[in-house]
Amino acid sequence: MSGPTRTPSGEEAIPFTFDGTTYHARPGDTLAAALLANGVGLVGRSFKYHRPRGIMTAGIEEPNALVTVGKGGRAEPNTRATDLFVYPGMVATSQNRWPSLSFDVAAIFGLAAPALSAGFYYKTFFGPAKHWMRYEGFIRRAAGLGNAPTEPDPDNFSQRAGFCDVLVVGSGPAGLKAALEAAEAGSRVMLVEQDAAPGGSLLRDPDPAIDPAAMVEQIKALGGEVLLRTTASGYWDHNFLTLTQRLAEPGAVPPHGFAQRLWHVRAGRVVLATGLIERPVPFANNDHPGVMLSQAVRSYVRRWGVLPGKRVVIATNNDDTYLTAQALVDAGAEVVALLDARASGPAAPAGVTVHYDARPSSVSGRKHALRKVTAVIGGSEQSFDADLIAVSGGFVPVSHLHMQAGGKLTWSEEAQAFIPGETPQACETIGSALTPPAAPAIAPAGKAKKSFVDFQNDVSLADIDLAWQEGYRSVEHLKRYTTLGMATDQGKTSNMVALSRLAEKQGVSVPQAGLTTFRPPFTPVTMGLLAGAGARNAGAHVRRIPLHGLHEAYVPIWQPLGYWFRPRAYPYADENLAQAALREARTVRTVAGLSDVSTLGKFEVSGPDAAALLELVCATTVGKLAVGRGRYTFMCREDGFVFDDGTVWRLAENRYLLTSSTGGADRMAHVISYVRNSLRPDLKCSVVNVQEHYAGIALAGPRARAILAGLIGTQPPRHMGYAPGVLAGVPVHVLAASYSGERAFEIHIEATHAAQVWRAIEAATRAEGGAPYGLEAMELLRIEKGHVVVGGEVDGRSTPHDLGLGSMLNKAGGFIGAAGLTRPALGAPNRNNLVGLVSLDGPIPEGGMLIQRSGQSPQGHVTAAARRILEGGAIALALLQGGHKRHGEELIVTSPTRGEKARVRVTSPHFYDPAGERYRD
Amino acid sequence: MYQITCPHCGPRAQTEFTYERTTDSVVDPASDAATAMQALFTRANPMGLDDEIWRHTYGCRAWMVLTRHRVTHEIHAVKAIGPEALP
Amino acid sequence: MKTPYSAFSLLRGALNGQKHWEPAWRDPEPRASYDVIIIGGGGHGLATAYYLAKVHGIRNVAVLEKSWIGGGNVGRNTTLVRSNYRLPQLHNFFEFGLKLWHNLSDDLNYNVMFSPRGAMFLGHNDGDMIKLAERGDAMRCDGIDAELLSPKQIAKIEPLLDLSRSARFPIDGALIQWRAGTARHDAVAWGYARAADALGVDIIQKCEVTGFVKDGNKITGVETTRGRILAGRTGICVAGHSGHVAGLAGLRLPIESQTLQALVTEGVKPMVQSVVMSQSLHFYVSQSDKGGIVMGGDPDNWPSYARRGQPTIKEHAIAQAVSVMPALSRLRMLRTWSGVTDMSFDGSPIIGPSPIDGLYLNAGWCYGGFKATPASGWTYAHTLATGKAHELNAPFSLERFMTGATIDETAVGPMPNHR
Repeated sequence: MSGPTRTPSGEEAIPFTFDGTTYHARPGDTLAAALLANGVGLVGRSFKYHRPRGIMTAGIEEPNALVTVGKGGRAEPNTRATDLFVYPGMVATSQNRWPSLSFDVAAIFGLAAPALSAGFYYKTFFGPAKHWMRYEGFIRRAAGLGNAPTEPDPDNFSQRAGFCDVLVVGSGPAGLKAALEAAEAGSRVMLVEQDAAPGGSLLRDPDPAIDPAAMVEQIKALGGEVLLRTTASGYWDHNFLTLTQRLAEPGAVPPHGFAQRLWHVRAGRVVLATGLIERPVPFANNDHPGVMLSQAVRSYVRRWGVLPGKRVVIATNNDDTYLTAQALVDAGAEVVALLDARASGPAAPAGVTVHYDARPSSVSGRKHALRKVTAVIGGSEQSFDADLIAVSGGFVPVSHLHMQAGGKLTWSEEAQAFIPGETPQACETIGSALTPPAAPAIAPAGKAKKSFVDFQNDVSLADIDLAWQEGYRSVEHLKRYTTLGMATDQGKTSNMVALSRLAEKQGVSVPQAGLTTFRPPFTPVTMGLLAGAGARNAGAHVRRIPLHGLHEAYVPIWQPLGYWFRPRAYPYADENLAQAALREARTVRTVAGLSDVSTLGKFEVSGPDAAALLELVCATTVGKLAVGRGRYTFMCREDGFVFDDGTVWRLAENRYLLTSSTGGADRMAHVISYVRNSLRPDLKCSVVNVQEHYAGIALAGPRARAILAGLIGTQPPRHMGYAPGVLAGVPVHVLAASYSGERAFEIHIEATHAAQVWRAIEAATRAEGGAPYGLEAMELLRIEKGHVVVGGEVDGRSTPHDLGLGSMLNKAGGFIGAAGLTRPALGAPNRNNLVGLVSLDGPIPEGGMLIQRSGQSPQGHVTAAARRILEGGAIALALLQGGHKRHGEELIVTSPTRGEKARVRVTSPHFYDPAGERYRD
Repeated sequence: MYQITCPHCGPRAQTEFTYERTTDSVVDPASDAATAMQALFTRANPMGLDDEIWRHTYGCRAWMVLTRHRVTHEIHAVKAIGPEALP
Repeated sequence: MKTPYSAFSLLRGALNGQKHWEPAWRDPEPRASYDVIIIGGGGHGLATAYYLAKVHGIRNVAVLEKSWIGGGNVGRNTTLVRSNYRLPQLHNFFEFGLKLWHNLSDDLNYNVMFSPRGAMFLGHNDGDMIKLAERGDAMRCDGIDAELLSPKQIAKIEPLLDLSRSARFPIDGALIQWRAGTARHDAVAWGYARAADALGVDIIQKCEVTGFVKDGNKITGVETTRGRILAGRTGICVAGHSGHVAGLAGLRLPIESQTLQALVTEGVKPMVQSVVMSQSLHFYVSQSDKGGIVMGGDPDNWPSYARRGQPTIKEHAIAQAVSVMPALSRLRMLRTWSGVTDMSFDGSPIIGPSPIDGLYLNAGWCYGGFKATPASGWTYAHTLATGKAHELNAPFSLERFMTGATIDETAVGPMPNHR
């Protein structure tokens, strides 16, 4: 470029910077147009060889002109200058060069190019892996293009669902017409256009009979939705499409805080009016600044009033390019030569010399600008002084969405292009995508090594030839070996050129050489947009227990459990977690405590066949329970392993309450529903998941019975008994069950009334010297008692016998898991059995491995570690090979990752009150 | 986004449904252990049609059997199951 | 005799326009019979062929691939290599493989770009951290490297992780295996192919097995789209298509095929140094040598061979990844792909003889097959050479599902959609 190429009109009101220099743009300019207008021809450096690059296209297919735009956490690397509309204060910088664009040290790689052919890294860098990592360090720093921002993204991204009868993609002449017709016919229409203005090819080749802006207004007036700066990114099953809408340009501060919007659209039918992308021509140094696609040149001239060159050579194999010659002449440029590779063509504009059988073979210049074009005309070479060459190798229909929809392609020999054919979905392609201009195959002229095919990844014709030579001959092998088509432009300007070369090597027609799969996204999509609001919370909602607010007032230590939060402890001012938990546990052992157990799985099973259903789901008997009685139970998977445990209570003749663990509650709900609906729909029963219907409060301790009696006005039920009652004026279920090892009661209340019940119990408990206790204290209590917990001892690989529950199995069988339990390995000796451990040293590391001697393979592991609450001393529960028969043995618990060790003795897992005297009547 | 036609609710996005298992893998607790384990631990896993149990978990929560093609994803039949669907 | 790969040879090529390189593997016509046929020209099948020739001297081997080699899951995975499993049968198996990985480029004379940059599992609460310590302890007791990291230590390796306490799932620490990392997946397939071919193995592409040849109760070969080929022993090695191919022999396997999606972003300068996974969230992230961030998440939890997943699955995995590493927000997803995973009914592979004489199985890799490529090939080669499992793959027998000796790392039981 030799200076600004657009006469200022007074509209150049938009200041922006590129690599620190301030320029001015007109409204509607892309960065590319504005840079060209200001005479900036060098815009980037290529990936591997760091060759100087300029602007090649005027659209989303741009492989070279990539910039980083914006500042701080909203900076977007790898943004195409041709797909970026200038806004005031825009800050753009070039990428992949150091120290500057014009003087890039890494350009020295270009000298090594003969050695750095495709796949060179597979042939060298041998030695130990550490060696490779040293080379790899250099490669990783040289690779990649822009830099990711390191500050948090200050903007939000929104998601919206859309429904329409007709979705039209593309607002060129065909798309506008289709959208308007559909709107006039009364359909709900959505028209999407990735450009900032409607019109498509009309922006470059206006038609006086079509006014895109007016048509858009008409469509809107009929209730249609027209979205600009919106790309149809993915076409999924059943006419579901994802659209990405820019609410602000990359790097700009979005007006309402949302940078982009992701649409999930279900359309009745889809009309694809996605048009054509022009195909480049391979010749030596065809990646040089000053080499542009013909229609791009026409766009810069007509849409933006920019003259990208004053002395222009045109090279083509089709008629469309002659329009570019005319546009250039009209704009005052000199068309030095029009090279038509064919034997004849249409009439050229006045004053333009056409050469037939003419192909470009090389260009040269300085890094910013083109100087000379050399062509092969009828076999002999001729050179031209030029600062721009506009090329066209034909046109490629944009068929990505059609292919994603499952469509087929047909080959046009005349256009040397794949045309969208039939599709299995309610979708049709219209417009120029169906009628690319005739453009015969032309053999490239010029050195293969310097004739670039994939510009961004520096892949040349010679690389394709080398891949062929080395046996990477299928199109997939070719792509992966050379990396062509894998850059940010996704092969939009390289795929067909590569395929033609491959077909030629294979000696077959292009369609026979094969095509790779088209997958979403059509153009790259911002990750934050796909994350949406989920980026702030990992897409995880919060499940709050009914008494969450009440607990919050105590400022507890919270325990996350899946999506729930439960109080872990209620520490006093100077207490840490361990101190608070020990105090709370001691209080339960000596006085009383209350705890929130609302998250337990709970199911009401009613009807004449209720017991039958429960005896399928539970591995113990249930049917023998008298009314008002309950029992501990556990559940097996079909393969025989225990997956959950709980209690079951007979509330009335044909009414049962099943409780299960918090962690397994969702799974339990699913299993019960499966049994009820799919396995035994004939059972006369109903199952209601009441997990969140009831809040649960556990009241435990030697004073618990007296406290509860005072609150409900009668004697509470005896151990494993059930009774309804009224507490603080609220109806409650009282279940006499002990998890802690003290006499205890679970009080279940309809959730909306839980607060007053808690307060009443708490007041009465505190009056006795008791206090609330959390999960940590609950752990201390249940470990000392030897109760198993899902996720700990119940690890999904343990049988009932392993856990010491074998005697409770329903001897009649017929429960889910009974068959699985008969498998030989589940009854083998030396399985991991539940045991207790008493420390002979200090604390026992939870999760630590049980070994006999140092250096041995583990024979088990510690599932839960604690201390004796009143007596002191470290204890643990563990799973140990053959553990049932190894009580008394001395072992070592070792945790190499934490540097902890303890000698232990194997015991029964029931340390505290094994006979249950604390609560049995 | 694939759609499944729930017998009660009509066509809904696939994200509202969960796949359970194939109908031939259902373990009848009344069967002998060998048959049960065969059903549980083997599948035809065909590149073609199979009968599958699904649930409209995030919709009406009803269960159904789909006859579905594993390659094309075409659903050839949908049948409601559960107590309400008994003859 | 193939030209060995080396820097010297590459430089020589700089002078002769790289014209001295031969095809990496031949394109032979299938012979009438072989000692061993391996069905499936993916990473595992090609590795098996290599080790049969290299370790056991059995070179009369054919690898039959229905399309082009390396086109299945080895060509479309997230490239993670590690041995940090909880259960000893698994971590010992994968550790054997990890040792092979460390010398693989030299063994094959093909740079597979194995990069032991470290793989860490993040823990988000006390429970996670104890489970991670347990896993690490189990590994360390069996001589495998594992180290617990504090948030401060994590920050030194991955400064872009959100280590604030206000995150939805704050990072409490991590378990890292330093010797784990990534490798260039295509190079692994091509490297094994080139090396096996050099030892005389016939790699037959565009050759789909359509049936088995039986002689009484023994399988003696295969019918293919390129004719009948007989074999002393036949090994199935087709990952997601195991159910289909085994079905041709009348076998039902404890396998269901599912879709697994993954994606890569546009390339950026180095920002993720290691492999980052989570103990309780379902995503994994690393950065390729070309600069793209490679990530994946949950499978599409229903049976499919279509290699086409649903968009919301990706959106959920991306939400988790961006939450944990906010710097990913302005990168752009460039390319997505899907594979067919063979989900076994305990999450562990099946490598060993089938119930049918002459037929062997290597399947059930779920979404963890790539890292197993050398170990799978090595042990399967042993099994095909001797007719019996090696000590390392003996636990992974098909019979274990009937005997109950299942190896269930995630302990969720036999339903693949619960995995």
